[in-house]
Amino acid sequence: MVRSGLLDRHIAFLEALRGAGLSVSLAEDLDAIAALTAVDWSERGTIHDAYAATLVKKHAQRPTFDTLFDLYFPRLVGEGATSLGDEAGEDADDETVRDNAQALADFRAELLEAMVAGDEETLARLAVEAVARFGAMPGRGPGLSSWSAYTALQRVSPADLTEQIVAALLAEGRVDGEAQRSAGRRVGGFTRRVEDDARRRIAEEKGPDHVANVAVRPTIDRLDFMAARRSDVEEMRREIYPLARRLATRLTQEHHARRRGPLDFRRTVRASISTGGVPLVTHHKPKRPHRTELVVLCDVSGSVANFAQFTLLLVFALRDQFQKVRAFTFIDHVHEVTEHFRPGADVADVMADLAASTSHAALWGRTNYGRAFTKFQENHADAVGPKSSLLILGDARSNYSDLALDVLRDLAGAARHSWWLNPEHTRHWDTGDSAATAYGDVVPMVECRNLTQLGEFVHDIL
Amino acid sequence: MTWFSSPSDVTTRLAEVGYLADAATSTTAFLAGALEKPLLVEGPAGVGKTELAKAVAAATGAELVRLQCYEGLDEARALYEWNYKKQLLRIQASQGDDQTWSETHDDIFTDEFLLTRPLLTAIRREEPTVLLIDEVDKTDVEVEGLLLEVLSDFQVTIPELGTVVAVRRPFVVLTSNATRELSEAVKRRCLYLHLEYPDAEREREIVTSQVPGLEDKVAGQLVATVARLRELELKKAPSIAESVDWARTLIALEIGDLDEKAIADTLGVILKHSSDQERAIKELRLRA
Repeated sequence: MVRSGLLDRHIAFLEALRGAGLSVSLAEDLDAIAALTAVDWSERGTIHDAYAATLVKKHAQRPTFDTLFDLYFPRLVGEGATSLGDEAGEDADDETVRDNAQALADFRAELLEAMVAGDEETLARLAVEAVARFGAMPGRGPGLSSWSAYTALQRVSPADLTEQIVAALLAEGRVDGEAQRSAGRRVGGFTRRVEDDARRRIAEEKGPDHVANVAVRPTIDRLDFMAARRSDVEEMRREIYPLARRLATRLTQEHHARRRGPLDFRRTVRASISTGGVPLVTHHKPKRPHRTELVVLCDVSGSVANFAQFTLLLVFALRDQFQKVRAFTFIDHVHEVTEHFRPGADVADVMADLAASTSHAALWGRTNYGRAFTKFQENHADAVGPKSSLLILGDARSNYSDLALDVLRDLAGAARHSWWLNPEHTRHWDTGDSAATAYGDVVPMVECRNLTQLGEFVHDIL
Repeated sequence: MTWFSSPSDVTTRLAEVGYLADAATSTTAFLAGALEKPLLVEGPAGVGKTELAKAVAAATGAELVRLQCYEGLDEARALYEWNYKKQLLRIQASQGDDQTWSETHDDIFTDEFLLTRPLLTAIRREEPTVLLIDEVDKTDVEVEGLLLEVLSDFQVTIPELGTVVAVRRPFVVLTSNATRELSEAVKRRCLYLHLEYPDAEREREIVTSQVPGLEDKVAGQLVATVARLRELELKKAPSIAESVDWARTLIALEIGDLDEKAIADTLGVILKHSSDQERAIKELRLRA
């Protein structure tokens, strides 16, 4: 049998998808092959859609799929059909002219124009050009050269264009906040394109497998809170309410399934009279729903701020599942933030309020878990009782200060249950000023680095 | 029968019945027909998931069999049920005759006493059929098990009658709002399509094709406003259905220019949460 390179590539692509966390089964593999034989090969878009329809079954995995598809079935090879500008012929062997201050300024001017107009086609071309011109890292020999999106972005620095884009959009009659957001999105989009293209070029030289292993970002629900960029944070925030809704639905369904209480003997016997004493239908006593009060203590210092906000938002989105929720934020001082989570309140406003109230949580500005716990016990001891569950969020990094383990032991003892969510990877626990084990001995500590883990945890404790 | 001859054939034929599909939708719908595999469509409410099934039925001249899913849906309402009343009558009627019980037993479990529900109906039909399993995420997990046999082999087993295999495979569309993650087993058997809000140009085409008599200028303003609203963090972003409703409202109110006042006055047509409305008014500086 003659093996075509296409089959090898197909299998390598599938392996890469599996490596990136997509569960692609053999059945789906065969489907994909069947789909490819059914469609026309002349259009890359059709092939892309056919692969997507057969292999991706979760929308959250789509960006990962798109990145890998671009790696294994690149849109263009090398410089592509569009060469670098008009003068490319004469400058091709003269790198200095392609890349100097004047060239950079011209490029940025063109980029600004395209960004203001939102011209996707030009932006795609410019991204390719940016990597080619400003992201080349000449190697010591053939095959050793590489491409760096980082260098390209440092040189071009599209983020500095944001203000100019905002100004241009405002002049078009857009409103302030909106212009900010769309400018941010356009800059983010361009950044992503540059990264994609650098990845594509590296893949061309070193093989897609190499790049797939090292350079593909995880899907948004598996992305670390601590590693999230600004555009990611926004995307994650959009995920919070759907996540809460999914969790709530799942919980109601599961409770529903387990809702049948103990047998109601009297009703069953009484009902059996109509069937001649045969208890055809059994009746059960209703099960009383059991709801706990939840007290959340949340470290909001800079290092864990993202994580804290997401967890607080999720807890409050799920507030129906608890009898009562109270939330406190701290850095070295405790501040109650329950009132910010009004029912039906707007997510963006809540986030802004929370950020503003951070200042109340700090007296000295350095994270001090011991002092925060002590203050909490002094001021809000009434919050924790036998009906309440205590949830502590933080990385347990206390700047080598007194840990106040006794105070925490008292608090945990007073509560019905207690948990600690730590946004750091387990392997970083106890490094530096982390007191993970010390606190973990008092309150069970769970690693919670991304939305998936967060969702699983909340589901388990309910 | 082949359902469609190519992705572009899907696009043209769906357009003829008023459904404007994008490239991914056309390709996936074509594959669902060509590979005879069920098509799972996910996406936010109101982007045209159910409409897609209806449009496929209309474009191919097939009949639409619809199973609306809900919590508590069971076999008896999805697959088939025996008509107990009729069976009881049959038993009572035969008591006078000398029929033995075994004869009567064979008698009452025949086709005559079978009440077919949507899934069985779709499988038994000999004419082209589009089977729409709507909002499949609303069902309990057990129903998915029931769907597995139907979706992978297009057959239903009835203990008393044996296995009913589809004479002609229906075009199956499952829709889901993704409120619950469907099981891997179901997803593996389906092709998957995620429908999103359309881009401005396509939405404009949809709105003008659905609402004749809408002025070009207003349509442009409307689509732009809806796109801006979707960029805000709203609890419920306006769907295509709502932009069409809005267009109808504007015609009914004879609004010829969608200025800020007009938007603010009719915002209730597209935003259904008071906090969303407040947010829109604040962010878009309406009635500033």
